[in-house]
Amino acid sequence: MGTIRITTCSFMLSLLLVGNAQAAWTLNLTPGVTEISRSVYNLHMTIFWICVAIGVVVFSIMFWSIFHHRKSRGAKAHNFHEHTLVEVIWTLIPLGILVAMAVPATATLIKMYDPSDAELDVQITGYQWKWRYQYLDQEIDFFSNLSTPREQISNEAQKQAHYLLEVDRHLVLPTDTKIRLLLTANDVIHSWWVPALAVKKDAIPGFINEAWTRIEEPGIYRGQCAELCGVDHGFMPVVVEAVPPAEFEQWLADARAQQDAAAAAAGRSWTLEELMTEGEQVYQRVCAACHQPNGTGMPPAFPALVNSPVVLGDVERHIDIVLNGVQGSAMQAFREQLSAAELAAVITYERNAWGNNTGEAVAPSRIVQLLQGDGQSEQEGGQ
Amino acid sequence: MSTLETTTVTGEQHESHHHGPAAGIGRWLFTTNHKDIGSLYLWFSLLMFLTGGVMALLIRAELFQPGLQLVEPGFFNQMTTMHGLIMVFGAVMPAFVGLANWMIPMMIGAPDMALPRMNNWSFWILPFAFAILISTLFMDGGAPNFGWTFYAPLSTTYAPPSVTYFIFAIHIMGISSIMGAINIIATILNMRAPGMTMMKLPLFVWSWLITAFLLIAVMPVLAGVVTMMLMDIHFGTSFFNAAGGGDPVLFQHVFWFFGHPEVYIMILPAFGIISQIIPTFSRKRLFGYASMVYATASIAILSFLVWAHHMFTVGMPLVGELFFMFATMLIAVPTGVKVFNWVTTMFRGSLTFETPMLFAIAFVVLFTIGGFSGLMLAIAPVDFQYHDTYFVVAHFHYVLVPGAIFAIMAGTYYWLPKWTGHQLNECMGRWHFWLSFIGVNITFFPMHFIGLAGMPRRIPDYALQFADFNMVASIGAFIFGFSQLLFVWNVIHNVRSGEAAPARVWEGAEGLEWEVASPAPYHTFTTPPRVE
Amino acid sequence: MSAQASYYVPEQSRWPIVASLSLFLLAFGAGTTINGFSGQGDTGLGLVLLLLGALMMGIILVGWFGNVISESRAGLYSAQMDRSFRWGMSWFIFSEVMFFAAFFGALFYVRTLAVPWLGGEGERGISQMLWPGFVAEWPLMNPPSESIQGPQALVDPWHIPLLNTVLLITSSFTITLAHHALLRDARTAVARWLLATILLGVVFIGFQAYEYVEAYTRLGLTLNAGIYGATFFILTGFHGLHVTLGTLMLVVILLRVLKGHFDSQHHFGFEGVAWYWHFVDVVWIGLFLFVYVI
Ligand code: HEA
Ligand code: HEA
Ligand code: HEC
Ligand code: CUA
Ligand SMILES: [Cu+2]
Repeated sequence: MGTIRITTCSFMLSLLLVGNAQAAWTLNLTPGVTEISRSVYNLHMTIFWICVAIGVVVFSIMFWSIFHHRKSRGAKAHNFHEHTLVEVIWTLIPLGILVAMAVPATATLIKMYDPSDAELDVQITGYQWKWRYQYLDQEIDFFSNLSTPREQISNEAQKQAHYLLEVDRHLVLPTDTKIRLLLTANDVIHSWWVPALAVKKDAIPGFINEAWTRIEEPGIYRGQCAELCGVDHGFMPVVVEAVPPAEFEQWLADARAQQDAAAAAAGRSWTLEELMTEGEQVYQRVCAACHQPNGTGMPPAFPALVNSPVVLGDVERHIDIVLNGVQGSAMQAFREQLSAAELAAVITYERNAWGNNTGEAVAPSRIVQLLQGDGQSEQEGGQ
Repeated sequence: MSTLETTTVTGEQHESHHHGPAAGIGRWLFTTNHKDIGSLYLWFSLLMFLTGGVMALLIRAELFQPGLQLVEPGFFNQMTTMHGLIMVFGAVMPAFVGLANWMIPMMIGAPDMALPRMNNWSFWILPFAFAILISTLFMDGGAPNFGWTFYAPLSTTYAPPSVTYFIFAIHIMGISSIMGAINIIATILNMRAPGMTMMKLPLFVWSWLITAFLLIAVMPVLAGVVTMMLMDIHFGTSFFNAAGGGDPVLFQHVFWFFGHPEVYIMILPAFGIISQIIPTFSRKRLFGYASMVYATASIAILSFLVWAHHMFTVGMPLVGELFFMFATMLIAVPTGVKVFNWVTTMFRGSLTFETPMLFAIAFVVLFTIGGFSGLMLAIAPVDFQYHDTYFVVAHFHYVLVPGAIFAIMAGTYYWLPKWTGHQLNECMGRWHFWLSFIGVNITFFPMHFIGLAGMPRRIPDYALQFADFNMVASIGAFIFGFSQLLFVWNVIHNVRSGEAAPARVWEGAEGLEWEVASPAPYHTFTTPPRVE
Repeated sequence: MSAQASYYVPEQSRWPIVASLSLFLLAFGAGTTINGFSGQGDTGLGLVLLLLGALMMGIILVGWFGNVISESRAGLYSAQMDRSFRWGMSWFIFSEVMFFAAFFGALFYVRTLAVPWLGGEGERGISQMLWPGFVAEWPLMNPPSESIQGPQALVDPWHIPLLNTVLLITSSFTITLAHHALLRDARTAVARWLLATILLGVVFIGFQAYEYVEAYTRLGLTLNAGIYGATFFILTGFHGLHVTLGTLMLVVILLRVLKGHFDSQHHFGFEGVAWYWHFVDVVWIGLFLFVYVI
């Protein structure tokens, strides 16, 4: 394949010019760490080599003609045409090759489509721009946000090894266990993808898609959202941490304890400073994607919070928006995403940061009250 | 088609109401002449190609290095969306319609297109439609930012206000395409010179006949789907909203029922052009005329049955997944027939390598590479890994840039002397070819690697392991982009000056268009030639 | 395709460019108006542009078709030209068929796939986890989310819709009778049958309008009533629009007949409208079956 040759040398050239390779670069699909991912990899390589072989044959004939049948070498045109046998052959041979490809492809696909007998169910929900993981029957429920600091993205700090592929909380899964993944979304379509597991499935609002995996090796596997989902589509990675089953049990216990501690934290009283420090963290982690780190937003899509009438006005309305979101806009309901203490902190922060000096603090207990008090306000928020 | 013989070519005779072009701007605004309208389409397409190209260069510049340097993520998404839309609807489609306008009447011995006034209308809608589309860049909330495939609900509930203008722009663009296609079909079916039977039609004409059919079949479906969007956004319906019993995936099914035939709309006329050029420069008739016609028709028919290969990851039922996988794989067969035909036509020919032929050969090689990656994408279980990565971006740029765009350039170089009456500047043509050829491969070949390594598409920033190849691709894009200025120069230079070209510009060229003088007279066949 | 007279290639024309401008005004005006209604933009300005565009379009249609008619009557058009028009009209109708196909496709998809999935049936039935208590049914009276109010009642197919079916089928007959009369050069009969067709069309539209008012005021069947309302109105709405357009075309044809246009040989204008009318009729039968009855 002449072009390949030419492109390869062009690569070499440009690489020489560009110089220094920072991270080891991969050229090919990963074989991954599951049985399925290995079948997928093998299928990929088989079909790739078949295509290369066909290419070599076809282009060889073509380049042979280009060299030998050129007018400048005195070639005379032989005006032959229409040969039924040849035409039948070059229809049937490709057909045969395709059938040969379709057989293993079908087998692999059928395997991938069988989520039965799973030992653990995890519901994965896509939000603009984070993932929520709920371990069904385990009472564990948390969100996973990008944790790469903004300074790295805006080139003000050295980028670290897992730039854009790191999150605050990993999805921890046991190895050698068949895990069923239930995918859905809260707002727009997202797509949950981890190459090493060969799982990519769209998360569609209002519907649930099933996928499954059985991880064979402990390790950390990174992926990304693979469906355009708005401004920060490029900033919602997936990180799976596979651990041996025993370790997983331990993790489950720790995670439950942590959840209980967060609930308890809401019960004690907080000072304004405490709320502000906590609030700033939450804000930068969760809210800054839209409202910007300095609260200026990106009007008209995302309103500024600096001098916002909501933020400076009635505190109940402010709380309501943050807890229940604004239907039909990108502003989500945060009641389930954040703990009561975090909610109180971030609202307090917004009311006192960037010159919004209302001096008001929202007590976590107030939020707890609101969260428990009503099935109704949830209904209202849903309108 | 060496059997073509023309007896009466009476291009120079005019009847009373036939005269040369009008003077001034009125010539272009009010024209009913297929050549004028063809030129308008081609110039418009070139302008859109440069506009869409500048957006691509902006994308590539942002992706030159990891980190956000030049543009905000929101603006990046607008650029991706507008780049896709402008290239597809503004550059490739109008270019093919322009070539159809210029060549089809000449090739079949017709006085003009069947419905000349409607022809003018089809063209002039386009600049207005694109004025609306491009004006959204300056609106509150920005231009459409949901990708050229505008999946709901990102394009409905979560869209910027400019989506309404986008929808209406698509509507009038659709009207333009449908009218253009109707005109082409009516011309081919009804305006052939005596003796020009269907199985004597030049392959470019055949490929356009089938393309026009595809256009009429699917543009209304696009209009339908944007209408449903409009209803969901402004009138409270729930087509794409599960809360009311609808389904976001419904959008994708309807869109791709349009979208997949659409990609063949962008390649079938290219096949036609290549099938004209290769025999000419091989000095030998095409190996299998009939099988080329049947292959084109088969591709068109199959194209209605494969749409969901763009949706393998949406969670379709298994049978659906398998059906669409098999149907998609089948398309390789008729496409293979075409490739084999081109190669066999070159085999034992008497080849020369003028600029049009260089582009045609590059087309065959690089389109086939794009076809191979298409076939890999068709394998559903593996597509789970490829889908929405740069591997897909590599695939479709291989079939679209060295595919559709190279074919358009090949066709332009091939027929330019006929249009202007001036011989090409071969030297500059070759420079343009080689720079484009090298540039295009440096740009798009590495995208296969970054895709396989795991880089999603439509992201303004990426992880560090993708950095090197992205840099290479960006450098390639600038080489390729700036080489296109040579194309612009070549065309303008050729319009203005150059050696006088004879009627049969290329030694091996066959067909009615080479029987008339160069430049072709304003009205070619006032009385139809007789084809024997 | 022997003995072709020379094909008529019209002179330069101003209609197309002005028509493009008016489409631009229509599109831009519609966008501004609709955005205005949704609270983003200037409805007033939008309406001005929209109406200006519509007015221009009206004038253009009259003028442009007027041109074509006078050229035709001046005998400039050959038999070949006539065939061009026929191909043009046939493919235009095919494009309309595909437009409706998109909406019918949407209807079939939600009925046979999406709604059952949401209700727990089929391969994606697990989706019901998100909508506890939702029961799949068609017609869908209770959409999955309580925030969306389904229709309280449906249109009874055996009253107005059945009557409308009879009206349209009859009108397909009357237009055919008009055509036969034209072939016999029986001009008064042509005018009578055409008039009958137009009246049937007008009554159809009247009934349809009445049905819409009922749907909105009494049945709670609205655009907002979940997917049933959405598919119901998009299909019947675009059909109604096409009947209206078809009726206008019939009126034009009637006026031309009264002015003495058309003869038994040359009447493509008449036939084109007749084809269109039959197409509208066929779409209605599909609608009656799949939207109302089944
Ligand atoms: C000109 C446009 C064009 C053309 C011609 C094609 C041709 C093909 N395309 Fe491509 N495609 C696009 C434009 C095009 N495509 C675009 C724009 C997208 C992305 C849209 C988006 O998401 O934005 C896309 C995406 C796309 C996908 C979805 C990927 C994804 O999103 O996950 C798939 C999957 O099946 C696919 C498959 C194919 C196939 C099988 C062909 C076949 O027609 C190719 C057939 C050709 C050959 C196979 C080579 C020649 C044959 C031989 C030499 C014979 C012998 C060969 C064998 C037996 C193997 N294409
Ligand atoms: C026919 C269609 C076509 C063509 C020709 C191209 C041409 C190019 N495209 Fe592509 N592209 C698409 C169709 C096309 N594209 C589609 C459909 C998408 C998907 C969109 C989506 O995801 O929704 C896409 C997406 C896409 C992406 C992915 C973006 C993303 O996922 O975020 C990239 C990234 O590199 C890219 C790059 C390029 C480049 C470098 C070119 C080059 O070939 C461009 C060459 C450059 C020029 C021609 C510019 C020349 C101009 C000058 C040098 C300046 C002169 C100035 C004046 C005279 C004023 N394109
Ligand atoms: C995905 C984007 C997004 C994120 C993340 C987000 N918001 Fe918002 N926010 C919005 C949008 C959009 C609006 C405007 C809603 C409307 O009125 O239409 C909004 C409105 C608001 C308002 C009302 C402001 C006004 O002037 O109307 C407040 C207060 C607010 N958000 C607080 C928060 C807090 C606190 C967080 C984090 C815990 C947060 N937002 C995270 C998108 C977001
Ligand atoms: Cu979430 Cu992309
Ligand atoms: Cu496709």
